[in-house]
Amino acid sequence: MKLIVAIIRPDKLNDVLKSLYKAEVRGVSVSHVRGHGGETENVETYRGTTVKMELQEKIRIEIGVSDHFVDPTVQSILSAAKTGEVGDGKIFVIPVESVYRIRTSEKDTAAVTPVAVKA
Amino acid sequence: MSFDLLSSGLSILAQVENPPTTAPAVVPVVNPADTAWMLVSTALVLFMTPALAFFYGGLARSKNMLNTMMMSFIAMGFVGVAWALVGYSLAFSDGNKFIGGLSWAFLQTIGTDPKVGTTIPHVLFMAYQATFAIITAALISGAIIERMRFGAYVAFITLWSIVVYAPVCHWVWGGGWAGAAPGIGALDFAGGTVVHINAAAAALVAAIVVGKRKDFGRQALLPHNVPLVLLGAGALWFGWFGFNGGSALASNASAATAFTNTMLAPCATMVAWTLLDLLRTGKVTGVGCGTGIVVGLVAITPAAGFLSPTSAMAVGLIAAFPSYFAIIIRAKTSLDDSLDVFAAHGLGGITGALLTGVFADETWGGAGNKGLLNGNPGQLLIQAEAIVGTLVYSLVVSFILIKIIGFLLPLKATDAQQGVGLDVVDHGEEAYSNGEGAVLILENESTSTPAASPSTIGAR
Repeated sequence: MKLIVAIIRPDKLNDVLKSLYKAEVRGVSVSHVRGHGGETENVETYRGTTVKMELQEKIRIEIGVSDHFVDPTVQSILSAAKTGEVGDGKIFVIPVESVYRIRTSEKDTAAVTPVAVKA
Repeated sequence: MSFDLLSSGLSILAQVENPPTTAPAVVPVVNPADTAWMLVSTALVLFMTPALAFFYGGLARSKNMLNTMMMSFIAMGFVGVAWALVGYSLAFSDGNKFIGGLSWAFLQTIGTDPKVGTTIPHVLFMAYQATFAIITAALISGAIIERMRFGAYVAFITLWSIVVYAPVCHWVWGGGWAGAAPGIGALDFAGGTVVHINAAAAALVAAIVVGKRKDFGRQALLPHNVPLVLLGAGALWFGWFGFNGGSALASNASAATAFTNTMLAPCATMVAWTLLDLLRTGKVTGVGCGTGIVVGLVAITPAAGFLSPTSAMAVGLIAAFPSYFAIIIRAKTSLDDSLDVFAAHGLGGITGALLTGVFADETWGGAGNKGLLNGNPGQLLIQAEAIVGTLVYSLVVSFILIKIIGFLLPLKATDAQQGVGLDVVDHGEEAYSNGEGAVLILENESTSTPAASPSTIGAR
């Protein structure tokens, strides 16, 4: 199992989610973060005080997947989050020691396999 | 605000209040009560522009909040100046049936003597009318938020206030073809055609020429702050008492009629809108409530001083329907009139202007001002002519104007700029900055820092 952590542009979130659903990746956590990835800082002025905004709004997506889902997940984020300009973000693939599903106490691969939703 | 109506109304009142002892040759004098009410009304109408900024801003996304608000606020600067320099003269000085002259340009000869046909100082009349020009131009912004470049927008509304607003204002209120004597001319008490239909036509043109937002039709573009939408709608209602009540240009019975109708019509629209919401979705929405208030206010604007309070509620009730369904249908088309300026102000204004020709009543509106239900079916046709005239002129001239501006300046922010949000791109500010990561730029290093030009941001 792997934990995939992606940092993306806020305005690309919808595209990425759509792309993930298309790749049948379920189970996503999204958080708002601020970060710096080497892009040009915005210069802002408030009442004569000029500041460089060194931190930009970003979105962090976390997805726990079984091994054969790693590549489709990464590819769908890569294709959906890209604008080609500095500041598009990063994807980290991190090994995971174990995963539990709280509802059932299932462990590892069973825990990250999506459950078919009963109609 | 038909002057002919007003002068005839005033002379009737004068006769009632000052029995025959007064000589008929009236020397114009400034009336203190009228002046007091118009001073208040002018401030009330000016307040509508910041109110509109909150209404529109709440409906935008948070990254475009300041830009959306600034599009309303900036009209108070640029359109206000343009109005004083030339707009007022083109609208109200002597000219032909289509446009006024330049005899009052730069406010020449405009002093504190009463404006002809009124009992208020001419400067006050000019200031009151300036607030109308400002809010009308600001209304257009709702159609092009979140993607029109700020400079091109400012150029557009400033020139628009001169080449579109001033002539249309002249037609109806300045002695032009659409506002002739009672029973002959169109009835437009406070600007259903001049303000709302006119601005809505320009908004439609701007939305089409500028084009849609990059995310339009692909993502849900939701209001970021509904409480501010309701605050703005409430403040608009407050200011609208000056807009309609003040359009009597006097502190008199006509003002009281218009004021009361401005109170009641939106009540009826809200009830109708609420029930439509309830029937359609089972829920009553806050945004719908705010929109209903605005539509009711728009619809009663041309009619305000011409009909009974009961008729005003009928106007408000009926006006809910076209706008309500137009907003639902518009969202399914590819037309990105982002905040439904045409559905609210265009259809609301058309409905109100037509219904003025139906419900106008001599008992309330003064001699000769009667509509279909009071035995004057011809008024409906006259109303329709004024609507079509305004629509055609505003659509055509606004189109030519925005095309010329588009030839000189890019109209639309790039996709990357829209992604960042126009607050940072156009204004170098954020509406809701918490200051995290802000590094102070000191005087001596500011030159070496890449400037906040939109191009650097767009290219990141």
